[in-house]
Amino acid sequence: MKEKKHWQSFGEKIQSETYQEDLKQEFAEPNYLEASSKRRDFLKFLGFSTAAAIAAASCETPIRKAIPYAIKPEEINPGQASNYATTFVDAGDAVSIVAKVRDGRPIKIEGNELSHVYQGGTSARVQASVLDLYDNARLRNPLKSNNSAELNTVITELKESLKSGNIALVTSTINGPANLAVIETFKSKFPNTKHIIYDADSFSAHLVANEHCYGKKVLPSLHFEKADVVIGFQCDFLGTWLNPIEFSRQYSTKRKINEKNPTLSTHIQFESIPTITGSVADIKIPIAASQSKSILAALHDMVTKNTCTLQDPIIKEAITKTADLLKKNLGKSLLVCGINDADCQKIVNQINNAINANGNTMNWGTTYNIRKGLDQDFNQFVLNLNQGIYQHVIFYDTNPVYTWCETNKLQEGLKKTSSTISLNPKLDETTSLCKYIIPTHHFLESWGDAESKTDFFSFQQPTINPLFKTNQWQDTLLALAGENTSYSDFLKNYWIKKLGSEENWFKTLQEGVLNNVNNTNFASTTLINTTITENFKNETESNSLELVFYKKVGIFTGKGAENPWLQELPDPVSRATWDNYFVVSPKFAKNNLQIDLSISEQADAYEVKPAKKVMTVKVGEQSLTLPVLIIPGTNINTIGVALGYGRNNSVGIAAQGVGQNAYPLQKFTNEAVCCHNKNVSFTVKSETYSVALTQTHHRYDTAQGVRTEVIKELTLEEFIKEPNKIVEEREHELKPYGGIENFEKQGTLYGVYDKPGVKWGMNIDMNLCNGCSACVIACTAENNVPVVGKQEVMRFHEMHWIRIDRYYSGELENPKVTFQPMLCQHCDNAPCENVCPVSATNHSSEGLNQMAYNRCIGTRYCANNCPFKVRRFNWSDYTGADSFPNNQVTKVSPTTFDMNSDLVRMVLNPDVTVRSRGVIEKCSFCVQRLQEGKLKAKEENRTLEDKDVKVACQQACPTQAITFGNANNKNSNISLTRSQNTLRQYTVLEPLHVLPNVTYLAKVRNEGDFS
Amino acid sequence: MFPLVKKFLKNSALFCVICLSILHVTNTYAQDGKALFSQNCASCHAVHKKLTGPALADVENRGPWSDKAKLHAWIKNSAAFLKTGDKYVNDLYSEYNKTAMNLFPDLSDAEIDAILAYIKTVPDPAQVAANNPGAASKEDEEFTSFYWGIIAIVLATLVLILLQVNSNLKRLADEKQGIPTTGSVPFYRNKHYLALLAVVLFIWGGYNLAISAIGLGRQKDYMPQQPIFYSHKVHAGVNQINCQYCHTGVYQGKQALIPSVNICMNCHMAINEYKGAPLLTADGTPVDGTAEIQKLYEYAGFTPGKAWDESKATPIAWTRIHSLPDHVYFNHAQHVKVGKQDCQTCHGEIQKMDEVKQFSPLSMSWCINCHRNTAVKFKDNGFYSIYEKYHQELKSGKIDSTTGITVEKIGGTECQKCHY
Repeated sequence: MKEKKHWQSFGEKIQSETYQEDLKQEFAEPNYLEASSKRRDFLKFLGFSTAAAIAAASCETPIRKAIPYAIKPEEINPGQASNYATTFVDAGDAVSIVAKVRDGRPIKIEGNELSHVYQGGTSARVQASVLDLYDNARLRNPLKSNNSAELNTVITELKESLKSGNIALVTSTINGPANLAVIETFKSKFPNTKHIIYDADSFSAHLVANEHCYGKKVLPSLHFEKADVVIGFQCDFLGTWLNPIEFSRQYSTKRKINEKNPTLSTHIQFESIPTITGSVADIKIPIAASQSKSILAALHDMVTKNTCTLQDPIIKEAITKTADLLKKNLGKSLLVCGINDADCQKIVNQINNAINANGNTMNWGTTYNIRKGLDQDFNQFVLNLNQGIYQHVIFYDTNPVYTWCETNKLQEGLKKTSSTISLNPKLDETTSLCKYIIPTHHFLESWGDAESKTDFFSFQQPTINPLFKTNQWQDTLLALAGENTSYSDFLKNYWIKKLGSEENWFKTLQEGVLNNVNNTNFASTTLINTTITENFKNETESNSLELVFYKKVGIFTGKGAENPWLQELPDPVSRATWDNYFVVSPKFAKNNLQIDLSISEQADAYEVKPAKKVMTVKVGEQSLTLPVLIIPGTNINTIGVALGYGRNNSVGIAAQGVGQNAYPLQKFTNEAVCCHNKNVSFTVKSETYSVALTQTHHRYDTAQGVRTEVIKELTLEEFIKEPNKIVEEREHELKPYGGIENFEKQGTLYGVYDKPGVKWGMNIDMNLCNGCSACVIACTAENNVPVVGKQEVMRFHEMHWIRIDRYYSGELENPKVTFQPMLCQHCDNAPCENVCPVSATNHSSEGLNQMAYNRCIGTRYCANNCPFKVRRFNWSDYTGADSFPNNQVTKVSPTTFDMNSDLVRMVLNPDVTVRSRGVIEKCSFCVQRLQEGKLKAKEENRTLEDKDVKVACQQACPTQAITFGNANNKNSNISLTRSQNTLRQYTVLEPLHVLPNVTYLAKVRNEGDFS
Repeated sequence: MFPLVKKFLKNSALFCVICLSILHVTNTYAQDGKALFSQNCASCHAVHKKLTGPALADVENRGPWSDKAKLHAWIKNSAAFLKTGDKYVNDLYSEYNKTAMNLFPDLSDAEIDAILAYIKTVPDPAQVAANNPGAASKEDEEFTSFYWGIIAIVLATLVLILLQVNSNLKRLADEKQGIPTTGSVPFYRNKHYLALLAVVLFIWGGYNLAISAIGLGRQKDYMPQQPIFYSHKVHAGVNQINCQYCHTGVYQGKQALIPSVNICMNCHMAINEYKGAPLLTADGTPVDGTAEIQKLYEYAGFTPGKAWDESKATPIAWTRIHSLPDHVYFNHAQHVKVGKQDCQTCHGEIQKMDEVKQFSPLSMSWCINCHRNTAVKFKDNGFYSIYEKYHQELKSGKIDSTTGITVEKIGGTECQKCHY
């Protein structure tokens, strides 16, 4: 047997017994053939259902009412969607979006293609934010000392009390000019106000270092699209760092392969915890976080002086090669570093200066406004608070009681104030300590503006009337300042003054963005300070353990934990849902947990059962007890833990009891909150804890157990040398069935059917997919995919129609990672179709593998016969679609139950059927969008164009990895993509002759000298 | 048993014939193409009736309109034409309370001529009513069904009598020949008859169960009482208000939309009494039209003679008649705008209904049958140009051009055209 190249799980790598047995079991339901109901029960059921059918048949049809508007607003037509350009605003982030509104309710968010910054891309967080609007945990009215109060009473009371004493206004980064003007208005009314900006996702050290080196306390805009060499240093710039949507789009332009002249940027990633950025990198080098400074300094020395003092041979070699590359690509390289440590950032600045990044791949003329908070400012605030300097504290869009590392000090300090006011929308950790609460609107209910980069404005307009008695924070501040204007007028007047006329304002508001098109010049800057603190020299390269904190693409700093969609989203790297956990390397597991992954039994014991070993990690006074996951690629002396979990119970059912809060284990040092902590001790506990890990779910393989027919990957060097390698591999695979050319006809006994008119096709470029999972959430939102909860995920019952499969290849400690989005392949010769006894799944003349839910009787033969394991079964009544009431209470998770409340159901897409228990569902290629697109073309009396039809995953993708369209049209994007990429193109499990309509483009890595 | 089976077959065959003849009701309506008029003119004009604008019948013989060029200019840009100072149009303008006519710069001359040609073809409803002998075909059919029913019952009784006579004769013959009989059993205790009865009952019961199970949730001919006696006959029939004027969504999207109160009030601000022919409910009770308009005013919060405060309006809770299951996707624009179907195809002769009833069964077989038989506008709509193969086959005559390309042929009966 040929050696397996790609593996999904450890058991698969060593072909353990359990793995091979398990592979045959689709649903991991051990005894589901041993029915507990007896024959007599069956007859009883039969009798009952006949009687019930007769009873139902004699029922009168209920009288339904059709109630039109009294006065119909002209722009709202029931049944037709309206789209409003607005802006996703969350803790500084400001992404231009378009909200799709059906019958007055926003139900889906798409990127705004007019924005030059985001270019229509979105992220999982942006996609999921629409669900936050319909969150049952939102506060519904102002509160005073935990009792509901009238807005006016609270405002009047506060206006009086704020007159004396110092006020601290603590917010996340706020960047819209009109928003800032509101704060200025407030400050001019209350001159004793100090505005403290605090970002839980802190860029404090970057700002400090930039001020030190360049005299500018700003973050320059980055241009990955101009970088032939990208060095990521502890920096998840495609997932969670600074502005990942923009970076993904830029980065992808250099990762797209032109087959005629294949080139690629080189991306080298140094990191302690595997991230999606590291996973798509060409070279990934695990490092200890505490050695970052010395490694950066070594890189600096290599680049500038060609000397290296590092001892570690592997890292030394990597640094040497990296420095060589950088030197060869002066002005075409970029180093980004995610460490919140000013010393590190100062070295990074020196290196970027040395490789001419300033003015080439970094633009100092346009800077980011999305992170402005300085940790030392906040630390000072906490000190001042404890000294009793502030009498009043106002919090908005920030939750420091939860996210600040020294939360006890903060809580102590808050007790010394006379009034605490929170404008946050929920009773979060900070808000629950506040006396006055005036919850703000959700961003989809709000007016506002934002400026994520200098002169790139984005605007917010309400897409729905406020659902509750909330008050927009700007309105609250204006009212407190005694202004009579509402914020909507304030904003309008502000922008009319700037834009010249009301007409311009309306136009701008309609487009949602105002791009800076004039200032295209790249500004450089000069280094004014070249000193590097050399205190890292004292850093011992010891092998002591360290705890590294990271953020997940969905949960981020913790707000995502409130969102059921994001909780159920498998983390693209660990593939775990509904928990945080310690991330360790296989070697650590072998040494400390007695799990040797190369031994069959131990690998199986670790992997097959959801129960994982539990560890307590202690840092100083603080300790954390969590399960342990082994993630290859983790540095051997590193324990990683995700932030954002362990929220309090009042922020939402989804967050309850999920994970532990790791923020208190961080420490404030060197004027910033450090992303790692060195003095760590751990103890392994005797108990275990179950983690809902989806990595081993929905596995499939070829009969030979060789992944080459699923994942195809090669290096740029190979591709240049043998451009036909993939084609030859396919030719070899298909040789017994007539070869590539005759495969379609000769490979089968079935007839070949023509597809006149439209034939839908999708192409996924695996070189562009970075696993960010925006598509998974977009699909969930578009297609009413239910949330099932942790217990159900552990039983393999997650319902996602698209999943991001993660494959490893190579050595165990630091394998290469390949992401492959897997969805229904819409096979033209679909094996699921012929086994359905009731023909509930069948093929359309447009190439769709159709699923008629009402016909489905739930035999699950189709799921069993699907080679790609993309069909999902409704094991319980997840959606409340069944006719029988009260059959959910004990059967579904509390979160699922909550998702069925009237409020949350408002997010459902009315064009997609909500599936009931007992039916199979799967990707439909967003058939509702296809039908809508075709109808639009018909109404306009023209042929179908690419712009008419965009499927949800394609539209959400920030890298445009997914192409979709009519493959019968020679000039459509999908046809062009396929015809221009014949060398890398393949379909998964091609020799099965299922003829998928989804094609993939093989991944190419640019390993250069490193391989 | 053999003769029994034979008899049974005879009976059941008869039974089936009776059933089928009762069920056999067919109606089809002609489709016509007055689309341009409906799209552009009908919200303000009717052919034989003054609405917001004058009636259009005989328009070409009025004022300056015998000059086609002038008429075209007027239709395309009435505001500009008004400025030319033409007396006729200025008088008209004053006559209609200075309500300007919409501009139609996009209409081509050919299109305007098509509209004018259409106007000539519309018969005057007053004359039509006088000449109409009444729609007799349906009544005929009902009569036929009834007739067949009587014949069936007579025949069935005859068969029973004959059977009885036959068995009596057989018994007599047996007695004569001295064959011992088992004794006279009355026919209601005869096992053969009982068995036959059981079988018939079973089939009859099963058939009815199946029919009513299939019909579950279907409500053809459903005609509920509505909160206001709104007569489509008065509005769409007699007054010829275009359907789109009130059902504004029918060309744009999924739902045709039931008009909101403000749309009713557009006309009923001025029209506050009913002066037309007497209105009757289905059971013959007379309805006071003016009182019904008064009901509308109550919903609208409007007092005649005073200015209307829209914010006082409350919505009217109509009883829904046409109701598709949640898992069915139906789009009005697809059928009316693209497919150029008449409203009447599915809703029946709505312009003759005082009270609306559900005309079609709205069952899946009904949808599918129509999709199988209806040709799409294959040559007229640019979208279908992608079906190159079918275009060639149409040209070469391989596909019969009279049946054309049916909806089914382009995938119109596939599951995910309506269910997703």
